[in-house]
Amino acid sequence: MAKITFDGIEVEVPDGTTILNAARQIGGGVVPPAMCYYTPLKGTGGKCRACLVRVAAGSAKDPRPMPKLVASCITTVQDGMVVENTTSQQVMDVRKGIVEMLLINHPLDCPVCDQAGECDLQDFAFEHGVSTTRYEEERRTFEKIDIGPLIQLHMTRCILCYRCVYTADQLTPERVHGVLGRGDASEIGTYIENVIDNEFSGNVIDVCPVGALTDKTFRFKQRVWFTKPVNAHRDCENEKCCGRVTLWYKGKDVLRVTARKDQYGEVKEWICNTCRFDKKETSDWVLEGPAHISRASVISANHYELPVVNPQVILDLPESTTRELERNPPLRLGGING
Amino acid sequence: MGRKLLTEHINVEGIDTFDVYRKHGGYRSVEKALKTMTPDEVVEEVKKSGLRGRGGAGFPTGMKWSFLAKPEGVPRYLVCNADESEPGTFKDRQLMSKLPHLLIEGMITGSYALGARTSYIYIRGELLYVLRILEKAIAEAYAAGFLGENILGSGYSLDLHVHPGAGAYICGEETALLESLEGKRGNPRNKPPFPAVQGLYARPTVVNNVETIAAVVPIVNEGGDEYAKLGVGKSTGTKLISACGHLNKPGIYEIELGVPVEEFIYSDEYCGGIWKGRDLKAVVAGGSSVPILPKELILKTAAGENRLMTYESLSDGGFITGTMLGSGGFIAMDETTCIVKNTWNFSRFYHHESCGQCSPCREGTGWLEKVLHRLEHGHGSMHDIDLIVSVAKQIEGNTICPLGEAAAWPVAAAVRHFRHEFEWHVTHPQEATMPGAAYRNAPVLA
Repeated sequence: MAKITFDGIEVEVPDGTTILNAARQIGGGVVPPAMCYYTPLKGTGGKCRACLVRVAAGSAKDPRPMPKLVASCITTVQDGMVVENTTSQQVMDVRKGIVEMLLINHPLDCPVCDQAGECDLQDFAFEHGVSTTRYEEERRTFEKIDIGPLIQLHMTRCILCYRCVYTADQLTPERVHGVLGRGDASEIGTYIENVIDNEFSGNVIDVCPVGALTDKTFRFKQRVWFTKPVNAHRDCENEKCCGRVTLWYKGKDVLRVTARKDQYGEVKEWICNTCRFDKKETSDWVLEGPAHISRASVISANHYELPVVNPQVILDLPESTTRELERNPPLRLGGING
Repeated sequence: MGRKLLTEHINVEGIDTFDVYRKHGGYRSVEKALKTMTPDEVVEEVKKSGLRGRGGAGFPTGMKWSFLAKPEGVPRYLVCNADESEPGTFKDRQLMSKLPHLLIEGMITGSYALGARTSYIYIRGELLYVLRILEKAIAEAYAAGFLGENILGSGYSLDLHVHPGAGAYICGEETALLESLEGKRGNPRNKPPFPAVQGLYARPTVVNNVETIAAVVPIVNEGGDEYAKLGVGKSTGTKLISACGHLNKPGIYEIELGVPVEEFIYSDEYCGGIWKGRDLKAVVAGGSSVPILPKELILKTAAGENRLMTYESLSDGGFITGTMLGSGGFIAMDETTCIVKNTWNFSRFYHHESCGQCSPCREGTGWLEKVLHRLEHGHGSMHDIDLIVSVAKQIEGNTICPLGEAAAWPVAAAVRHFRHEFEWHVTHPQEATMPGAAYRNAPVLA
């Protein structure tokens, strides 16, 4: 076990845990955002740089600070590590910079994007960004490619998190899509237009943090905040499919089916395309009850949940942390991510 | 001119063939190492020599070698990074095409020291003709018994392969190189784990520059202590400098580290001064990624001492008034050079070569290029000058690999030392767009 201090809060986690997961054990407003890291997918992380944190003390043995900000999603904890996230001005400034970078080539077409309301980039920009841009140039665009009848690819919205690539690698027998090109011209594509077609391909929609991969059967049907999520399950013939899903209702109609996501937007159990795209009748499912949605989300407007209360701040902290704590107390908003 | 350890015989006719190379003392280090030394003794000599990585970072090679994990029963690899593609750097190309056997000799000795049974030379894809030279030389070395099973009856066996890249600068970053060598997309890996623990095929791996590996040959031949006598302080031995730009005698020079920069530029022994009798304006001392320095700071440090061609002296003053030795790509610019255009050109390169994996570099390099393009073509504003500094700062230090820094440093340094020229481009948009020598009208740094 390793004991670390994260934003002045002590937490004990098993060796080998990443800083991000340690922070998630604390929960609340101190958790760094993650745009590319996805716990169930091996190898993800380190790419978006949204979760950069400052390590003020490397470990109890070697208390020197780390020279650069580190990606908390791939850096493992050491006993005695002191990490600054919301308590470090440097981290907050860099994060603002990352938001800006992610948005300069993003089309900002939220009003017509199906992901709006459940978009990680939208949340990230809202929490950390600024409302204006310094980017005056033309935004990059791509040739449209069709990847099949079920999934819509909007490359302009993509932030190249690689999650869908890892999903295809780890869930499906053969990956037909990947990242082509280089630099800001790199794009998700299938080499010489190909259809992404296998029993688990639909999961790329769930892992996509933005509206780059959306459900064609749900396209433009309804804004997500007008739908009501209900948990349900069925006995799926596919062995690998867990059969536990969230149904998104509008009135009596099931508009779409997704896998269940946890509070950090991560799917822990995957579902097959039959459950996702073909079973859109209530009679196909055994209903369990309303799905839990984060209170910060627009989807759960008017639902009430208890606010998250962070543990007490301990007093024995390095000077740099205490100074920052006084100047810039950690967010205590009940409910963000809670 | 100082001693030449690597390029002494470079102009001998037929030196690229095994027989001629052998006649001029070639492969002595292999004989010496395999017959009289243990692998650890070779590593010890390299440590004593104080040799530092010649690819740009200047990390002590002996230390890098001793970090290599050596678990039982697991193969280890030595990989030679011959993906030299930094603008301004062209020393390895020359070394490999003229002296292919020197690199092969270094690879054998180095592989023996590290216990590698298979080694790779990852060569830049554009250098196809060099690849053919190397392959021919490797075939000769196999035929002569210096590669393959049971080299010189010592019981040590080594296979050496050359692998071409597909033309990506990023594959010169060591972990991207390993990914590419494994047949994957050349994206840099997240570190840790470092290659010394999990490198090629997740096995312990050392990645060294061509010149570093070549330098192992004289170190083993003459001993680490002898090698360390050359140079100044912690910058030992000789270094190949590829000098280009507005010089009377551009080319590749093997210098003993410690030569004053002024002597290197102006003495007839080396570059012979600035061409057409013009004045020096600025120097990029170590390949396009290191900060540019104006004449007064490249010749003398901020404290007024002579700047020497050493790792320490060039980085004296940090990035405020210093730069880096880098990979030895020495670019001199005369007084007619437009720094804005040059900076834009560098940024264009990094924009083109960013792998696109992490967001600050993917988006930031393109942004820098576009704003610099605007400034260069007379459409910029004063605000844009601060903008590029700010964007460069947002990239620096926040990326997976050093390409982000390589893109940010030249921009930040150009504005730091030549801000007046950027401002001139804003205030004189008409003249700035004119081709040719209009830049001479820009005020000189006060």
